[in-house]
Amino acid sequence: MTQEDIISTTKEFLSEEFEVDRSLIEPDANLKETLDLDSLDYVDLVVVIEENFGFKVTGEDFVGIVTFNDFYNLVEKKLAEK
Amino acid sequence: MEHRVVITGMGIYSGIGENLKDVTDSLYQGKSGIIFEQIRKEIGFRSALTGMVKDPDLKPFLSRRQRIGMHQPAMYAYMATKEAVENAGLDIDYLNKTETGLIYGNDSTAGSINETINKIREKKDTTLVGSGAIFQNMNCTVNMNISTIFKLKGINFTLSAACASGSHSIGMSYLLIKQGLQERVICGGAQEINPIAMGSFDGLGVFSAKESTPTKASRPFDRDRDGLIPGGGAATLVLESYESAINRGAPILGEIIGYGFSSNGDHLSNPNLDGQHRSLRMALKQAGINSNDVDYINAHATSTPIGDGIEAQAIYDVFGSKVAVSSTKSMTGHECWMAGASEIVYSMLMMQNKFIAPNINFENPDEITSKINIIAETREQNINTFLSNSFGFGGTNSSLIIKKYN
Repeated sequence: MTQEDIISTTKEFLSEEFEVDRSLIEPDANLKETLDLDSLDYVDLVVVIEENFGFKVTGEDFVGIVTFNDFYNLVEKKLAEK
Repeated sequence: MEHRVVITGMGIYSGIGENLKDVTDSLYQGKSGIIFEQIRKEIGFRSALTGMVKDPDLKPFLSRRQRIGMHQPAMYAYMATKEAVENAGLDIDYLNKTETGLIYGNDSTAGSINETINKIREKKDTTLVGSGAIFQNMNCTVNMNISTIFKLKGINFTLSAACASGSHSIGMSYLLIKQGLQERVICGGAQEINPIAMGSFDGLGVFSAKESTPTKASRPFDRDRDGLIPGGGAATLVLESYESAINRGAPILGEIIGYGFSSNGDHLSNPNLDGQHRSLRMALKQAGINSNDVDYINAHATSTPIGDGIEAQAIYDVFGSKVAVSSTKSMTGHECWMAGASEIVYSMLMMQNKFIAPNINFENPDEITSKINIIAETREQNINTFLSNSFGFGGTNSSLIIKKYN
């Protein structure tokens, strides 16, 4: 999966799951603020990542993930480890 | 000081209509909501008959976070409560600034629990059930969701009492307001409609086997009745003290004057004449009226051979043979945890619109049901006072008496 595919897939499922406009999911935008995530929403974020990319993320994986770009890099790394 | 308790709002989401107007029309027309649902046969049901409500689309009304903890009971309850709150002239801003309680009747969340367990088995990972599952699965799902959505600040708990849950929720709310502990309480009952919720009930062999004639199958009090048919949805009422209603200029739809209750202390599923006598007599005593002051009884009668006979006898013993009786379950099926609340709404609609809804499919009485005055066709009649019965597994009984507000 190329980074382009990762970005496209991510925009699709995050905008659908968290009901935000796709155009707001920009590489440098803040992930937590854009998706308006509270503590419960992180559980659902884990669910949709597993459904779409086939791996499970943990709380530790999210340390240092601030922007969508950080998130895309995390996905790329995790997919490479599979 | 005791307070008068009035009904200022109602809402309904049921198999015979998804709002007060449509339900009024169905009641007047004697329209059945019973269908045959093929999937029930495929998963091993003895009877595939059921009432049916669709899962409402809540996206236009609620955010993702507000919707995620809701399965059928809470979804249906939201629709009924939204209508009741609007009907009562209330809004979330007002509720947020005042004290309003919530006591809702519910006794299962089988559909969501089944989905959660299946997911855990499939994924072998509890996180992957998502954040909404726990709030869907707990029996207090309606209270958790509705109290947070409508910003309710008063008493907040779910009442679980089998098929009398909805009725007792109104009764307990009535007592709290009467005693001055709450000014306003939203109450009601919800019943999930998915097959999983009813499989074990069907397993008892007490559902009607008249599958070839769904709309004729629920026939309370009729000689040829052969069992109940499950139904579902939700019904909500807004109760408040008379003073509160007057102070805010609320519409007063009726007044609760009596709540009788009892426990049989006997059999898990069989009804008991003595328990019903005690519940009915307590309701009359509390209301301070005579049995001949009651114009209409909305019977619990579910269309089972034993249950309807016992109730007919209890009504005859306490009220004699004149009072008009009908069971709206002939149209809705048995709405179980919701029934005690929905049948108050149905009876209120009859009182408001001056008619008695028919006990459809009542064609021939048996020896016992011939003793009481069962209304088989829609009747134009003024109702000043009515009583609604609800009886549940475990022998819990509840009888409510409502009077027209003059």
